[in-house]
Amino acid sequence: MTVGALDRMRTAGRVGRIQALLWRRPWMRAALLLGPGLTWFVVIYLASLVLLLITAFWQINPFTTAIERVWNIDNFRTLVTDGTYRLIILRTIGLATAVTITDAVLAFPFAYYMARVASRRVQTALFAAVLLPLWASYLARVYAWILILNHDGVLNWSLLLVHLPPASLGYTNWAMWIVFSYIWLPFMIIPTYAALERIPPSYLEAAADLGARQGRSTWDIVLPLALPGIVAGSIFTFSLTLGDYVTPLLVGGAGSSFIGNVVYGNVGIAHNIPFAAALAVVPVAVMALYLLGARRLGAFEAM
Amino acid sequence: MRPAALRLAGVSKRYGRVLAVDDVSLAIAEGEFFTLLGPSGSGKTSLLRLIAGFERPDAGQIELGGKDVTAVPPYARATNTVFQDYALFPHMTVAANVEYGLKVRHLPRDERRRRVAEGLTMVRLAGLGYRRPNQLSGGQRQRVALARAIVNQPEVLLLDEPLGALDLKLRVEMQAELKRIQRELGITFIYVTHDQDEALTMSDRVAVLNGGRIEQLGSPVDLYEHPANEFVAGFIGVSNLIERDGRRLVVRPERIRLLRLEETPEPGSHLEDGVVQDVTYAGMVTRYAVQLDRGGRLLVVQQNTESAARASDFRGRRVRLAWRPEQAFNISAAQSEGPEQQANA
Repeated sequence: MTVGALDRMRTAGRVGRIQALLWRRPWMRAALLLGPGLTWFVVIYLASLVLLLITAFWQINPFTTAIERVWNIDNFRTLVTDGTYRLIILRTIGLATAVTITDAVLAFPFAYYMARVASRRVQTALFAAVLLPLWASYLARVYAWILILNHDGVLNWSLLLVHLPPASLGYTNWAMWIVFSYIWLPFMIIPTYAALERIPPSYLEAAADLGARQGRSTWDIVLPLALPGIVAGSIFTFSLTLGDYVTPLLVGGAGSSFIGNVVYGNVGIAHNIPFAAALAVVPVAVMALYLLGARRLGAFEAM
Repeated sequence: MRPAALRLAGVSKRYGRVLAVDDVSLAIAEGEFFTLLGPSGSGKTSLLRLIAGFERPDAGQIELGGKDVTAVPPYARATNTVFQDYALFPHMTVAANVEYGLKVRHLPRDERRRRVAEGLTMVRLAGLGYRRPNQLSGGQRQRVALARAIVNQPEVLLLDEPLGALDLKLRVEMQAELKRIQRELGITFIYVTHDQDEALTMSDRVAVLNGGRIEQLGSPVDLYEHPANEFVAGFIGVSNLIERDGRRLVVRPERIRLLRLEETPEPGSHLEDGVVQDVTYAGMVTRYAVQLDRGGRLLVVQQNTESAARASDFRGRRVRLAWRPEQAFNISAAQSEGPEQQANA
């Protein structure tokens, strides 16, 4: 008996018939593969997003705090006209931007060294160094920073040791900037590294051959080709900062509230769910715009 | 003799335990089309990278136009390279790729524009400057890589198997194109290839490399007609080697006449009788593998001047091979005491 005949026998029977059917009808295979994940995504994620959007156009009874299904745009009007909320929105977006830029600046040389200079062994060690902090709990790492930045923390203790005046960074926007930049840095390093590693060494040799020194070829060749990776990383750093409310709560000061904190306050304390929903739409809209921009820079080919 | 555009003196390069280039010395004249020919791992690409400056030699000296450039980085050398994978910058247009070297060297804008246009015209790509490299065919990319190098007017142009990725028809076309461009520009070309046909048809002189050493350096005619050793004889052309009376003889397959036993050979010919083992029809020619009665096997190539119908009835027949004595040459055994391991070329 030939091998081909054996194979045909093996695919006969019920399993074989199903396989043949899937082969003849590609859409069935797609449905089987994507079905579970897609259902979860549509029901849980998209449905709640739609509910969020609908709720944002309702209001509450100021006396009973019961939700009244009366269509209006008062919640959005408050967001735009009330200076406090405008400030909070701008602070959130501004800090997310600052953290993203900081991480990009810190990550590029590090990723460059990992991808193009380091030996295999050093590369593995650096990878571990980048990923290891992610094993520790987010809260543990934020608390570690509190211990460093506190008035009588490690930072001031060290400054005192070298006879410098103490810095009062604890519970300020600066503290938030430092902590966020630290926590999200791995999410910037990894995609930047991936983009840098894909650049063939011959491109840099060609640039050198055409007269470009290291700095020039880094600027002209490496940076543009790594840009999609950097933008991909920035999606993480920007969106993660934008939606965070734990770090502002723990290391931020009195004037450090994020959108997330106000949403939390409105859900848990004020029971104004429609207003919380309206506020929660803001980061979703900002992220949508951000992703559109990122797509134009080719970030999705780099992921 | 024209002045030397490039001179190598005792150049060696080691990668780990592998000696990729082993004490190579040579001088290449200005305007010469010089080819480094060898199998993969013979050190030809390593040698080219040393000349371009991508690698520093462990020993020896490299001179370009009379100046010692051994310690000069690639960006300061008057050489330009056409890379095997072309290494075109994918985020730049064709024109920007070609312009890059001129821009880095701060040439005025008008001059840059003019030279880019000239360069693209020379490689027959005028009007395609706005495209991206990924919108071009393999042959077109190869031309862009060439234009990007020549617009800088290098003293020496280095070409690393530039036609390796092209199909045969395109390759033959580009060979002629490269020759034309070299003639028009008068630039010294140093050309790396493992293709003996390419080396023979294009070059003024060829250095045959093996195990990091030069086995023979000479004109294509020298190499083909008077190979210095068995390696060169085998690498350039077909290794048609027999041993007679303790001497090793090489006869090129097209110099042998294939006769029926009853035909009378030219007087004074060397004769060998044998049996045709295999006949291969190849269009223009037919190849016969003949097992000789006195030992050894020779390949004979005959032009298909008449209809090839009679070719196949030669299989298994007894034939007589004849060649004029001056067509066979003695050869020394190959000096194959090179490094045991060979670097990748």
